[in-house]
Amino acid sequence: MEEPDTEPPLVVVPGADPSARQLCFAWGPAEVLVCETRFGRADAGEGAPGSSRVFVVRRDQDIYIQTLRKLFNESHGIFMGLQRSEEELAGKSRKAQLVQVSKNYRSVIRACMEDMHQAAVSTRDPALQGQYSTQVSILSAMELIWNLCEILFVEAAAAGPLLLRLLDWVRLHVCDVDSMVREVLSSENPSKHKLFWNVVDVFVLQGRMDEARHLLSKEVTANPTSMNMYKILDDLMKKMPMPSLGNTQTLTELELKWQHWHEECQRFLQDGTFASNPHMESICKILVGDEDAILEKKELMTTWYHFLVTRLLYSHPTVKPMELRFYAQSSMDLFLGGESSPEPLDMILMAAFEFEMHQVIKECSIVLSNWWFVAHLTDLLDHCKLLQSHNLYFGSNMREFLLLEYASGLFSHHSLWQLGVDYFDHCPEFGRVYLELHIERIPLNTEQKALKVLRICEQRQMHEQVRSICKIMAMKALRNNRLGSALSWSIRAKDAAFATLISDRFLKDYCERGCFSDLDLIDNLGPSMLLSDRLTFLGKYREFHRLYGEKRFPEAARLLLTLMTAHIAPCSFWMTLLTDALPLLEQKEIIFSAEQTYELMRCLEDLTAGNADKQKFQEDDVETTKVEMLRLALARNLARVIVKEGTVEGS
Amino acid sequence: MEDVSAKFVSQKISRTRWRPPPAASLQPPDVFATGSWDNEDNRISFWSADDLGNVGLNGEYHGEPHLLCDIQHNGDVMDMQFLDQERIVVASSTGTVTIFRHHQNNQTLSANHRWERAHYHVDQDTSCGGAACTGVVCNNPEIVTVGEDGRINLFRADQKDAIRTIDNADSSTLHAVTFLRTTEILTVNSIGQLKIWDLRQQRNEPSQIFSLAGDRVPLHCVDRHPNQQHIVATGGQDGMLSIWDIRQGTMPVSLLNAHEAEMWEVHFHPSNPDHLFTCSEDGSLWHWDSSTNVSEKPSFLHQGGRSTTYLSHNTINQSVVSAWLSNDPTKDRMEITNLIPNQTLSVNSLDVLGPCLVYGTDAEAIYVNRQLFA
Repeated sequence: MEEPDTEPPLVVVPGADPSARQLCFAWGPAEVLVCETRFGRADAGEGAPGSSRVFVVRRDQDIYIQTLRKLFNESHGIFMGLQRSEEELAGKSRKAQLVQVSKNYRSVIRACMEDMHQAAVSTRDPALQGQYSTQVSILSAMELIWNLCEILFVEAAAAGPLLLRLLDWVRLHVCDVDSMVREVLSSENPSKHKLFWNVVDVFVLQGRMDEARHLLSKEVTANPTSMNMYKILDDLMKKMPMPSLGNTQTLTELELKWQHWHEECQRFLQDGTFASNPHMESICKILVGDEDAILEKKELMTTWYHFLVTRLLYSHPTVKPMELRFYAQSSMDLFLGGESSPEPLDMILMAAFEFEMHQVIKECSIVLSNWWFVAHLTDLLDHCKLLQSHNLYFGSNMREFLLLEYASGLFSHHSLWQLGVDYFDHCPEFGRVYLELHIERIPLNTEQKALKVLRICEQRQMHEQVRSICKIMAMKALRNNRLGSALSWSIRAKDAAFATLISDRFLKDYCERGCFSDLDLIDNLGPSMLLSDRLTFLGKYREFHRLYGEKRFPEAARLLLTLMTAHIAPCSFWMTLLTDALPLLEQKEIIFSAEQTYELMRCLEDLTAGNADKQKFQEDDVETTKVEMLRLALARNLARVIVKEGTVEGS
Repeated sequence: MEDVSAKFVSQKISRTRWRPPPAASLQPPDVFATGSWDNEDNRISFWSADDLGNVGLNGEYHGEPHLLCDIQHNGDVMDMQFLDQERIVVASSTGTVTIFRHHQNNQTLSANHRWERAHYHVDQDTSCGGAACTGVVCNNPEIVTVGEDGRINLFRADQKDAIRTIDNADSSTLHAVTFLRTTEILTVNSIGQLKIWDLRQQRNEPSQIFSLAGDRVPLHCVDRHPNQQHIVATGGQDGMLSIWDIRQGTMPVSLLNAHEAEMWEVHFHPSNPDHLFTCSEDGSLWHWDSSTNVSEKPSFLHQGGRSTTYLSHNTINQSVVSAWLSNDPTKDRMEITNLIPNQTLSVNSLDVLGPCLVYGTDAEAIYVNRQLFA
């Protein structure tokens, strides 16, 4: 077993007081239940009865943020799209597809960030506002990391385009200066604005040459004396060779051109061409990649990774992915200059520059308060086939582990559980087991919800869970005296034992009340009648009543007899059946044939013989009268039948 | 699809309903209501889908529905229906039926009237527990509700007590209800039966029972043809669409294979009843077009990205001249379009009015399509 790298954080349960009482706890799937025991600290012994509160301690707290539900739901769609798009495409187009997926994830983060920002602006509650602002900064950090991972891992940009991507990345995320730029550009006379040169510097530092030149031209019109200097600088900036995204030039070509340009810049600097204008001189120093000159603009860059990219732009434009780590480390050291220590975000980005994918994911898991980010990022990287070799010493691989954690978090939420199902589906090793355990624990407050859960289980052939859910619903219906519903549920579960139980209830009700309830159901059982013997009997017995009601006596009689001779009817019910035969025996027409009458007599004798030893039966007056009446009726019927059958045959 | 605007609302949507436009108005509907389910805190929300109102506020969000007002609701919203322009009747999983009033001048919602525990169970210990009210239908001022307790209630909007209650109307769960005529209602239940009830009769028995043959597949939704009242459409647990002619027989006239999972809602287009819309647990929403002459149809059904299939339907009946019941081989083509490609989670509800369609999903999003027949 590996040792944990960091001490687990201390969680304070507000309201619980561990100094006064001992706490006890129980693990749940995604949360821990904590409560105070009756036991005090060692010295106090058994104290007064404790508070009756139970605390629920949750891990994945971001799941409960209302605005983030949009993120979870929208990214679920993207996730599903990614799983569906299995490698039908090869090579380039597959990569383009994966990059597009990555961009979609980022745009969801951005949209969520905007919503959160709106919420922060519109709320008046300062506490809530603080909460929203924290969320915005977390989301923006997530997007920053994701974007870098997209460039380095998903797209795996090669030398040349790599720098362009990194420039885009910096431009997108270092937006502290945007307001300054806006302020200067919107002023009446930009060149006179006190921040004018700062804005020009920002453009140069971010490699936005056209914008920088445009701004500089304004300065010249206002200040014609520096025309000469301006022309030279403008020319240098215009000529600066940039890597291109197409394959129009080779890397060597670019390096050659760039070397030439670099020397030209240096020549002008040494000539002292810009000596009279410190602003222009510093710009030229940046162009030749003078680290000190660039570092002087620290405030304008705000972060070490901006510094890194600027430095690469002006000294190593054809940097290869594998060389990044050296520049990154030294840039961070130079930028922070020992004044401050790197923060978690810096460490994550550094790990990314070092191509330590696992380190990135690990650090993110520790720092972020949600599993969403690592789960989705890891899944995407896994689809890029970058994580295959890595197996954990527990569970399956890392992708599956993180997805399981995330989905378990979703399942602990009262409403987001539906999303979790699809994530479990895409965990080949343990997903199914997790789903089975979680799905059974979803509270089923309405039939509609039960149907939805049931559909999930049925689609996945989870027979055990289907049975369990149906049983729960059947039990509920039974408790509510909804026999019809209960029977429907047990038929759906194909639960023969329970169907028997409910059929017995129906029969008992019939014996007590003399009429059937829920006829609409019993009359329409159809093939499901065969589920249990008792249910078959119930259906057939009801059919007998219907035939009797419709005065189709011979058919009714035949059915009644079959119920007993084929042993469909339970023995306890035979007496009732025989009693039902009484009115048929007493009809004017003869209904039971001689053969049938013999059968009936045998049934009666079987019944009484079986019960003979029971004293109780003998003493029961009503029962004995019944038996006597039956015997009489049977004998009379037999007499009539013999006469009739004899005459018919005789004639 | 560029003509559909979507909004993620951070709550699972169980019902969406257009507010009926004023009688004389020719404008398309612009306001709709949604209800949520399975939240700790469920809400009834009113939204404006009017693009004009949105462009003024923020150009880039144009077309996205925006929230007008909302109010907390106890329990899952199981069903809802506009009573008139201002009032909406909401059925709750707690068994309560509530009328909410939408105050348009200051955009607020308030509970106008409430029937607590209109649906309830009498359990073995004789204490009462609420039973989910699964369906509601209004014909101002009358309101009919059905529930898991198999009970049918008839309310009048301004009267405190139920006018009529049929206890144990059904031994299984009643899933939906609709008016057949002013005094007759249709219900569907969880054992595949369609029943007609005449509310004038004092007998607590249905006047007619229709049922699916064989497997007793539960029926979840029902709608009646707006002009030809004998034509009724129902949707079942297996996703099958059944068309019934209630003048004859006890079985459906045609069974059409449709969705792969529960069909949650079926609606005839109110003014163009050759068109029918269904939505399902499998995450699809289908547009059924039974117009007799396919070639005359506008081309919107053939746009790329939509899967269009033809089905011939196995009708039994020949005598009726309706697209839904006819089986003339030359005309017997049904054009079916899935309006949502690549959806994964259930579409719980849809409503269609004029050229506008609104639907809500378990993926916590509402979608508005304002150019259904463009």
